[in-house]
Amino acid sequence: MSTANPADKLYHRRRARNAVALVLSGCAAAFGLFWLVWILWTTLVSGMHALNPALFTKMTPPPGESGGLANALFGSLLMSGLAIAIGAPVGVLAGTWLAEYARRSKLGECIRFLNDILLSAPSIVLGLFVYALVVKPSGHFSAIAGALALALIVLPIVVRTSDEMLQLVPGAMREAALSLGVPQWKVTAQVLWRSARPGIVTGILLALARISGETAPLLFTALNNQYWSLKPNAPMSSVPVAIFQFAMSPYEDWHALAWAGALVVTLFVLLLGLAARWYLHRSHMAQD
Amino acid sequence: MRDGGKESATRGLLGDRAFRAATGACAWLVALALLGAALSMAWGGRQAFTTFGWKFLISTDWDAVNHHFGALVPVIGTVVTALIAMLLAVPVSFGIALFLTEVAPAWMRTPVSSAIELLAGIPSIIYGMWGLFVFAPFMAAHVDPWIDAHLGSLPVAGTFFSGPPLGLGMLTAGIVLAIMVIPFISSVMREFFLTVPKRLKESAYALGATIWEVAWDIVLPYTRQAVIGGVFLGLGRALGETMAVTFVLGNAHDLTASLLMPGNSIAAAIANEFTEADSEIYRSSLIALGFLLFVLTFIVLAIARLMLRRIERKRGYA
Repeated sequence: MSTANPADKLYHRRRARNAVALVLSGCAAAFGLFWLVWILWTTLVSGMHALNPALFTKMTPPPGESGGLANALFGSLLMSGLAIAIGAPVGVLAGTWLAEYARRSKLGECIRFLNDILLSAPSIVLGLFVYALVVKPSGHFSAIAGALALALIVLPIVVRTSDEMLQLVPGAMREAALSLGVPQWKVTAQVLWRSARPGIVTGILLALARISGETAPLLFTALNNQYWSLKPNAPMSSVPVAIFQFAMSPYEDWHALAWAGALVVTLFVLLLGLAARWYLHRSHMAQD
Repeated sequence: MRDGGKESATRGLLGDRAFRAATGACAWLVALALLGAALSMAWGGRQAFTTFGWKFLISTDWDAVNHHFGALVPVIGTVVTALIAMLLAVPVSFGIALFLTEVAPAWMRTPVSSAIELLAGIPSIIYGMWGLFVFAPFMAAHVDPWIDAHLGSLPVAGTFFSGPPLGLGMLTAGIVLAIMVIPFISSVMREFFLTVPKRLKESAYALGATIWEVAWDIVLPYTRQAVIGGVFLGLGRALGETMAVTFVLGNAHDLTASLLMPGNSIAAAIANEFTEADSEIYRSSLIALGFLLFVLTFIVLAIARLMLRRIERKRGYA
């Protein structure tokens, strides 16, 4: 048979190597999807098992009693809202400065670089920072400290998206508005922000998705609270910290509650991600 | 008339100046936040650094009763779990990026890449719970015994792979971390693979190159800096990840060579022990650990950003 010449052999070897590589790359993609399905499936099944109306109406229980996560859900909502309220405006303003006043400057590059580092800095480190900044001087854990730690996570995300989105606004728009004699701050606030709004809002939504599952920065800032609390300067419960406490415990019914909380958080985060995408897509459609 | 115009012009100027100052202050706040985090941890950890000196870095002690603390065990745990994660995640991410840019049919690319990006959106505490309740028992039942039996008896490497089938430990933590960083690395790679000029790739195809040869000899060299940047970005994530690791690492302060044994990492130690630290020196040691983690991730992330920035600039001028 084919005791063919070396060129043929080489050709077949290259074909074979290519086939192996392509199959492996397909396997890599399947490998990634496999974990996604496994994790989501587990969360869905175990979470649905424990999901009931009491989850949203009852407080976190002591071991052995039935209860819900009402106080934790409320705490998460409040602290995330506060974090957005603090982080988003500061982030938009900082992003505006980077895009409008420091596009090519050394200082701008430097702050952009530091912002990128803050963006991926370990969240537990930010928790330690807020502990030293707020909790230690004031002497007690508080919801405000928790919100501040989350705001430090929101900040770099919003800075980056605002900066990028404002840079995408065509220069002609700035020049047209400025040539009418409008002061620059008014141009920025009424023309540029409006034009970049879809991107900026998407950034804020993604930041919200990111912080609603964050646990590490809350562990020693907001701590935890077994009861319903509205006080911003007292410890406050949150869903991720409650999940952590319950999952690490030896009690079966606490585990069930932790899974229910996990399902709620995961659904919220994924839906928020979808909503952000949908909003961006729709705005692009409207602009075209 | 003219005066009125002048007045509104100065008011506009004043507004401009105030606006510029306000936005500039916010931008400085970003820099201050990072600087403040570093300084506050250096300050909070000073007691540990001055009490133990250099020994803090090389001591394996972690004795809350006698107040002897050393960082070696958590530091090694952090580095080892992150390296296991990278060993797994880098080739898989490259495969995924290759699949999504060159191999998959066009209709498949968007859904698969969005699905993989979903992985990045799942909160780390969910990974932790899944790891503790589902994946660790799976490892204990099926994977650990096999590793112990087949690799544990090897002459030198065996020490790394022998141990009881606990399910919790460095290997499990490394695998969970790998799953978490795969979407980050693969999306950076994919993004930059798409920027390779069509001309380059098609010249190679015209000469008869296979898809694999184009990927390995054309795409990879062209995007080398971005690939390194993406890998370091993933490494930074893996080093600093807290919750997922805390669940599956086992929280043991012993130094062992075996990857099947429970260990500790910087982030896990802080998360587990900080609120229970009952003495100043204990707390200070944990903050000092946080400072080490900050320095480590800062270096890794700085390399990542410099690499990515360089290639972005190149693309900008091209």
